[in-house]
Amino acid sequence: MFNRQIAKSPNRQIAGLAVLLALAIALPFLVSNYRVFQLNMVLVYAIVLLGLNILTGFNGQISLGHGAFYAIGAYVAAILMDHFGWPYWTTLPAAGVVCFAFGFLFGLPALRLRGHYLALATFALAVAMPQLLKYKHVEQWTGGVQGIVIVKPDAPFGLKITPDQWLYLFTLAILVVMFVVGWNLLRGRTGRAIVAIRDHPMAAEAMGVNIALYKTLTFGVSALYTGVAGALGAIVVQFVAPDSFTAGLSINFLVGIVIGGVGSISGAFYGALFIQFVPNFADQISKAAPWAIYGVFLLAFVYLMPGGVAGFVRLAWLRIRGVRTRANARSALSEMTEPRRTP
Amino acid sequence: MEAFLHQVFSGLATGGIYASLALALVMIYQSTNHINFAQGEMAMFSTYLAWSMIDAGLAYWWAFLLTVAISFITGVVIERIIIRPVERAPVLSVVTVFVALLVIFNSVAGWIFTYTIKTFPSPFPEQPLFGNRYISSHELGAIGITLGVLVVLYLFFRFTPLGLAMRAAAQNATSSRLSGIRVGWMLALGWGLAAAVGAVAGMLIAPIVYLDPNMMSGVLLYAFAAALVGGIDSPFGAVLGGFLVGVLENLIGAYVVGTELKLTVALVLIIGVLVFKPTGLFGRVFVSRV
Amino acid sequence: MKRKLLAGLGLMACVLASSAAAEKKYDPGATDTEIKIGHTNPYSGPASAYGTIGRSEAAYFKMINEQGGINGRKIVFISLDDGYSPPRTVEQVRKLVEEEQVLLLFQSLGTPSNTAIHKYMNAKKVPQLFVSTGATKWGDPQNFPWTMGWQPNYQTEAHLYAKYLLQKKPAAKIAVLYQNDDYGKDYLKGLRDGLGSQADSLIVSAVSYEVTDPTVDSQIVTLQGSGADALFIFATPKFAAQAIRKTYDVGWKPMMFLNNVSSSVASVLQPAGLEKSIGLVTALYFKDPTDPQWANDPAMKEWQGMMKKYYPDGNLSDGFNVFGYLAAQTLVQVLKQCGDELTRENVMRQAANLKNLALPMLLPGIKINTSPTDFYPVDQIQLARFDGRRWVLFGEVLGK
Repeated sequence: MFNRQIAKSPNRQIAGLAVLLALAIALPFLVSNYRVFQLNMVLVYAIVLLGLNILTGFNGQISLGHGAFYAIGAYVAAILMDHFGWPYWTTLPAAGVVCFAFGFLFGLPALRLRGHYLALATFALAVAMPQLLKYKHVEQWTGGVQGIVIVKPDAPFGLKITPDQWLYLFTLAILVVMFVVGWNLLRGRTGRAIVAIRDHPMAAEAMGVNIALYKTLTFGVSALYTGVAGALGAIVVQFVAPDSFTAGLSINFLVGIVIGGVGSISGAFYGALFIQFVPNFADQISKAAPWAIYGVFLLAFVYLMPGGVAGFVRLAWLRIRGVRTRANARSALSEMTEPRRTP
Repeated sequence: MEAFLHQVFSGLATGGIYASLALALVMIYQSTNHINFAQGEMAMFSTYLAWSMIDAGLAYWWAFLLTVAISFITGVVIERIIIRPVERAPVLSVVTVFVALLVIFNSVAGWIFTYTIKTFPSPFPEQPLFGNRYISSHELGAIGITLGVLVVLYLFFRFTPLGLAMRAAAQNATSSRLSGIRVGWMLALGWGLAAAVGAVAGMLIAPIVYLDPNMMSGVLLYAFAAALVGGIDSPFGAVLGGFLVGVLENLIGAYVVGTELKLTVALVLIIGVLVFKPTGLFGRVFVSRV
Repeated sequence: MKRKLLAGLGLMACVLASSAAAEKKYDPGATDTEIKIGHTNPYSGPASAYGTIGRSEAAYFKMINEQGGINGRKIVFISLDDGYSPPRTVEQVRKLVEEEQVLLLFQSLGTPSNTAIHKYMNAKKVPQLFVSTGATKWGDPQNFPWTMGWQPNYQTEAHLYAKYLLQKKPAAKIAVLYQNDDYGKDYLKGLRDGLGSQADSLIVSAVSYEVTDPTVDSQIVTLQGSGADALFIFATPKFAAQAIRKTYDVGWKPMMFLNNVSSSVASVLQPAGLEKSIGLVTALYFKDPTDPQWANDPAMKEWQGMMKKYYPDGNLSDGFNVFGYLAAQTLVQVLKQCGDELTRENVMRQAANLKNLALPMLLPGIKINTSPTDFYPVDQIQLARFDGRRWVLFGEVLGK
């Protein structure tokens, strides 16, 4: 996005995206309902990863606590549906607003923290979340340790498709909206300010960027994306419980953006595919120690694709397009994917 | 009052646990500028190593020393083989490598040693010192050893050429390289030292919480908290932070909010501390040049 | 005349039954040669300790297959990892039901995980058999006819402790240590129900811990400070061992109750210290492999033989391996009873038709019974007291 000089011409790009979208729409009608469910989760995770990438990849604030915002979004949806009888689609904006508020508020103290301190403070949030959800004074809303079971929505307008297919299409529509908004946000003035804060905070300030405001707003927007995804995830899984939102989930999200490609929009999809499918794959290889296999996969991806899958794909694409010299390709790539090391 | 004192002492005892692992975390931070998420699992694995040796009939202190030595070497090897390729990578890639190490160690330990808890012997007498009921001899001894390790590390980093070189390598790799320090090896040594300190921590913690593959998951969390409160680059801060977190957590749980929220409140306090003192109580203040 | 009619009816019934038996009926997952069974378990993540249950079940089915299978059919046991995360359970179970087309789901583990798939399984009408959790809600044939528990539920167990305590020490002051999740809270509820109207006055202190807590020392100190003279420990093995040890070390000598899950001699009482465990009361339903009184028991020998041959990596002192073995045996009995009518409906019918099934590894006198209105297979337990070496059973077998 930031290296316009190598971008394809806009028309071809739009055509390519349109083909992809058409494929994505056709997909649920080609595979079984179970696969549709899996792909639906991929879309949900992709929204989370985009949100996290906005904060961590583009703005340089490391968060190990996005599982907490995901949980809040999920619970907002579940509580509104279960206790107040809201239709499922109306819970998404509510989840987004609530998470934006939480994110913004959390972003305020986060302003004072950097690098590792911020990572660990957000991690604390993720760790505390399950305990908060089962706290006795909120138990009547959250269902405590038992969680909340919600009803899966049927397709509207008498459409002759299964609930799984409908939810997939619904999620896809939300995803497209979120990605288009995210894309525009990151491409414009705002996006340049966000990235400038990551790379040259003092210079950015000198140029008149209100760092505090941008950082907290970025935190809020990132939490909003994650919250909307959390609500979608709850509706798709039809269940929320404290055990669904452990600290491991937050770590998974961070792993997702690293594998997908830090600071890359398309990376969200690759990362989502990884966190959805690789654990199952590891389980198929070894029942004795599936986590060890998963760990080996992680290492392999980090070593073989240092710029994430998105970086790798881009590099491969550049090679094909005839950008012969390795150095050229690398510099074009690094500009996009690699945030500066934290001081 | 009796109960209050009891809570304080039991807090100090668990605080000692946090402190010992926090020390290992600070070690690796001092020498590599990274926070190692796999530190706890590495310590756990070292403890299993010691357990196997003792189980095979080796005397406690021999097993102790051997484990520390093997852990040191393993730490160096891990740095050379696994961390080296991502030395120049963005910090997030490094974090991912740590996560990978964490799950691998955890899973392999469960596979080899199963998940049933095991007792790990203590070198200290079974009877509590002076017949007190507040704190066991092992807990007291563990605190003593942790403080001992702290002093040794302090002297090492302060006064030995190697220690100074290691700190220099971590803080400014380029200048260090120019002044002839072999930065790569310094990093590896840092990993070795951290692994060795972690092994000591593991062997001190295991008699208290029992040995199982997940024994460190809880401790690591609090060790992070301890290191944060004390300042991630200060060994003294980390140890003090450990005791502080241990005692605070107990008192808050017992007298203020109840155990259901004690973790949450402890974490809120930590974030509170950081807001007023962003680098921890004893941390170095960042100065960044434009 | 009447007798003739009855005889005639009986004959007719026999004919009908045999013709039904001769006619093979299958639902997805069953054929002439195999029966597909699905299973989910945490093999990865913080709850991996339970993974061994799935492995011991797989081992038992392997043995059954080598011995010729069930009515000539081999068991295909498909066990998947869900990492104790409900969303992954949903995903894996859908894979089992929709892709693998299993006949039934067996022993899926965890209360939250099973809650997540409860509705789905009943909507799909696929048996969710012998779920591996002690919550009470799994025995509700009216609303969830496709779901059945297996082990004695936590609430009933706590109920029995309460009854025993009231009998022994009617004016006890009770302290409770419980895990802050569905498991601990179920026990706490059972205890309260068992104490009845006196619950509030008798329970002087109830304190929880999180599985992320390194120790429960602080909790024990708090409980001791409450002045209680009876202590209930509703914990998982590691924390139970810590609690027993700390209670002894602080010089507190209450009457102590320990929940069944943590009653293993080798993995809880030995780590805590055998002399520190003297006087503990628990409730048992199967033979603890580490209790010396069963060392020469033929059933124990048979179980050990099975383990050594089919699950050589397995830990012979881990009670979970007995648990899995027993649950697998129960399922095999159900499938045997199904004969050639391997439909999902018949599986549920036979699962609800277990009569006095006495598995050798269950305690003497404990039998598995189910009926269309009783979806709690194992609902008998017996109290036991620890004498420093082994659990001494006392009183009679309690429960239905």
